[in-house]
Amino acid sequence: MMIRRLLLTTAVGMALVASAAADAKVFRFSTSGDINGLDPHLNNEGPTNAMKNNLYEALIFRDHELKLRPSLATEWKQTAPTVWRFALRKGVKFHDGTPFTADDVVFSLKRNNHEQSGMRTYSASIAEVKKIDDHTVEIITKSPNPILDQNLPAVFIMSKAWAEKNNTTTPVQGIVGNESYANTHINGTGPFRLLDRVPDTRTVLVPNKDWWGKAEHNLTRVEFRPIANSATRVAALLSGEIDMMFPVPLQDVPRLKRSAGVKVLEGPELRTVFLGMDQWRDELKDMPGTGKNPFKDVRVRRAFYQAIDIQAIHRVVMRGASTPTGLMIAPGINGFAKDLNDRYPYDPDGAKKLLAEAGYPQGFPVTLDCPNDRYVNDEAICQAIVPMLARIGINIKLNAQTKSKHFDKIGSRSGNDTSFYMLGWTPGTYDAHNMLHNIIVTRDQKAGTGSNNSGRYSNPKVDELARMIGSESDREKRNKMIHEAMKIHKEDFGHIPLHQQALAWGVRDTVANLPQPPNDAVIVRFVKMK
Amino acid sequence: MIAFVIRRLLQSLIVMLVVGFVAFSMFNFLGDPINNMVGQDATEEDRENLRVALGLDKPFYVQFLVYLSNAVQGNFGTSYRLGMPVVDALADRLPATLELVFCAAGLALLVGVPLGVYTGLHRDRWLSKVFLTLSLVGISLPTFLIGILLILFFAVQLGWLPSFGRGDVVDLGFWSTGFLTASGLKALILPSVTLALFQLTLVMRLVRAEMLEVLRTDYIKFARARGLSNRAVHFGHALGNTLVPVITITGLQIGSLIAFAIVTETVFQWPGMGLLFLQAVQFVDIPIMSSYLILIAFFFVAINLVVDLLYYFVDPRLRADRAVAGGH
Repeated sequence: MMIRRLLLTTAVGMALVASAAADAKVFRFSTSGDINGLDPHLNNEGPTNAMKNNLYEALIFRDHELKLRPSLATEWKQTAPTVWRFALRKGVKFHDGTPFTADDVVFSLKRNNHEQSGMRTYSASIAEVKKIDDHTVEIITKSPNPILDQNLPAVFIMSKAWAEKNNTTTPVQGIVGNESYANTHINGTGPFRLLDRVPDTRTVLVPNKDWWGKAEHNLTRVEFRPIANSATRVAALLSGEIDMMFPVPLQDVPRLKRSAGVKVLEGPELRTVFLGMDQWRDELKDMPGTGKNPFKDVRVRRAFYQAIDIQAIHRVVMRGASTPTGLMIAPGINGFAKDLNDRYPYDPDGAKKLLAEAGYPQGFPVTLDCPNDRYVNDEAICQAIVPMLARIGINIKLNAQTKSKHFDKIGSRSGNDTSFYMLGWTPGTYDAHNMLHNIIVTRDQKAGTGSNNSGRYSNPKVDELARMIGSESDREKRNKMIHEAMKIHKEDFGHIPLHQQALAWGVRDTVANLPQPPNDAVIVRFVKMK
Repeated sequence: MIAFVIRRLLQSLIVMLVVGFVAFSMFNFLGDPINNMVGQDATEEDRENLRVALGLDKPFYVQFLVYLSNAVQGNFGTSYRLGMPVVDALADRLPATLELVFCAAGLALLVGVPLGVYTGLHRDRWLSKVFLTLSLVGISLPTFLIGILLILFFAVQLGWLPSFGRGDVVDLGFWSTGFLTASGLKALILPSVTLALFQLTLVMRLVRAEMLEVLRTDYIKFARARGLSNRAVHFGHALGNTLVPVITITGLQIGSLIAFAIVTETVFQWPGMGLLFLQAVQFVDIPIMSSYLILIAFFFVAINLVVDLLYYFVDPRLRADRAVAGGH
């Protein structure tokens, strides 16, 4: 009885609140984890970077079509191979009212290059930032960097005066005894201000009325509320407690599509999921005493590639939500070449022959290392690959574990302790050089190259090309070299590219406009509610 | 009595030390937090510097000693994931968990004891059989499934209750409470029921069994022979005597309620310590994990102590024994 009365009164209360807020346009969205913090120069992670983009701004803004738009810089030009000149926007104010000037740019780029910065990779090529006048800066790079503008959308501008006042002039990783003001407070120039934040519970934004640009949204309030459990997240969307959530688990996609008032936005993601093979040990870890490493033979790598039925994985494991790929980079990444994207055909018989030619007619044993909580259906993909390779005689032991363990095992700290592994990679710079530099070129700890090349594929020709690509400022010439490097890698079967997984966003029909960029970022400034 | 309490508190210190040590020896098997802390493009040098700065390059017992020496000075470290002091992170989440556990335990007792009494007194009524059958559901269904089913029915189908979160909370400075707002109270219902269900059926079955046992004893027969009313016999004599085991079990179960809360909190995105712990495990957030485990160990010891003390009030015989013992 009491409970019923309680329910009744709360229901009435809810109705009152709802009618009072009828003209409010609130956008509530959710994903599996909270953002990692608010410091724009820390936490290089997808959803966190997307949130920074609502509150802070960079010199250049990357929109939902991945195109560059002027932001805090109105125009920019590469005036010499190592010099870029930026004209800064006038009349811009930070959330606390201080005007934005060249000093803030000089300060922020330096802060972003601090040794504890998590975003340093985007500004590492910068040697010096010169203030020409209050609204002009020059960026000097260490060597010619043709893609500096592609990197700058991830380098956010913070108020120098505010950082100095609050004693937060350097980014601070979560280390004992250190606390960072900037990681819990915001003072950007972005189109939204921070109203309230409770870690793991909610982050509430309101529009910045003094923003320099013309608002393309119609929102009065934005709530980001992470929900870890995917079933609960789906339920919250269905019950209308949130307007949008991602990722939708693949098994729930058909159900959400059938539900009234909810739709599923799907699109290709930029990340390429691939398999790597140990090409450096003289003896495969699973073949002790033989003194042999079959993966050193390109025919064996090719046999593995052609024994994998990618269409079956696409159809059954991914339920159609993937784009099989022949290239290590996705469409949307500079350097993507359609003519290289065709896969070598699925051909188990041919694969068997190749194995026999290489001297392994009976196959051989190998362990496949796989994450089970990183990519969409990652473990299931590996499980599907096991019988496919068994058909050509490969005896695979599957080792699927959490990402914290998986990445540690295949990573450099453990000495790339793997023979056959799964990895996914999105070039953070939207350029193929990032893929070459991290995954494909020869691993060299001192030079910092190939740091995620866990199978240690190595081809001097590719290394040479990658080095030249890194400093070639002629776009056309550069793209030709990327094409050549990717082609050599493909013909070497250095890795086995699998697919780009699909993005799946669940959206209620209360949302009128919501662009879905291939980097899985919710760009709140483009959201319109009905 | 005071000596007893002090002794138990000292024992709790040892328990906490052991739990901390075992926890630290296990963290190595969880993987590497560094990869979760830095972006994919971080260089090996950056990773190594961070590892050294965090002291993760040292053997686990050294890490444990460093942790201990800081903890003794009241510094429990900084969360790798949240970048805030562990003490603040736990203090923020403690009210959410304790309010949930309080409601669940209350629900389990308020519903479980009467149901147990009823089914004990009226063994053969059909209603008793319905209760007992339903209680099987509570015991056998896993918590997360119950939670999801409740969400599906009450949040998605009926739209009466929220499917996640804690609603609006009122911050009292040292404590954030959901008891003072309508949305806070509504948000409590489903997680409390989910968490309480197992305990509720346990209490009910326990009370029922005890009632059946007690009702067969001589003093009940004697009470009936004296011509006392059913009411006086059942509630004055029988129920009081069933309570000792109920208190023991309930007390011990409060510890497991806090532990079980991990699952319930995850299902309902309840911002308590359990959710914090689970996310810490995924992130390999060592400072949070170790402090949480040590805190939970302390809770278990403290609850046991309270349970022991409660015996004195419920069971007059214990008080008498002690009085005699004290006379020696």
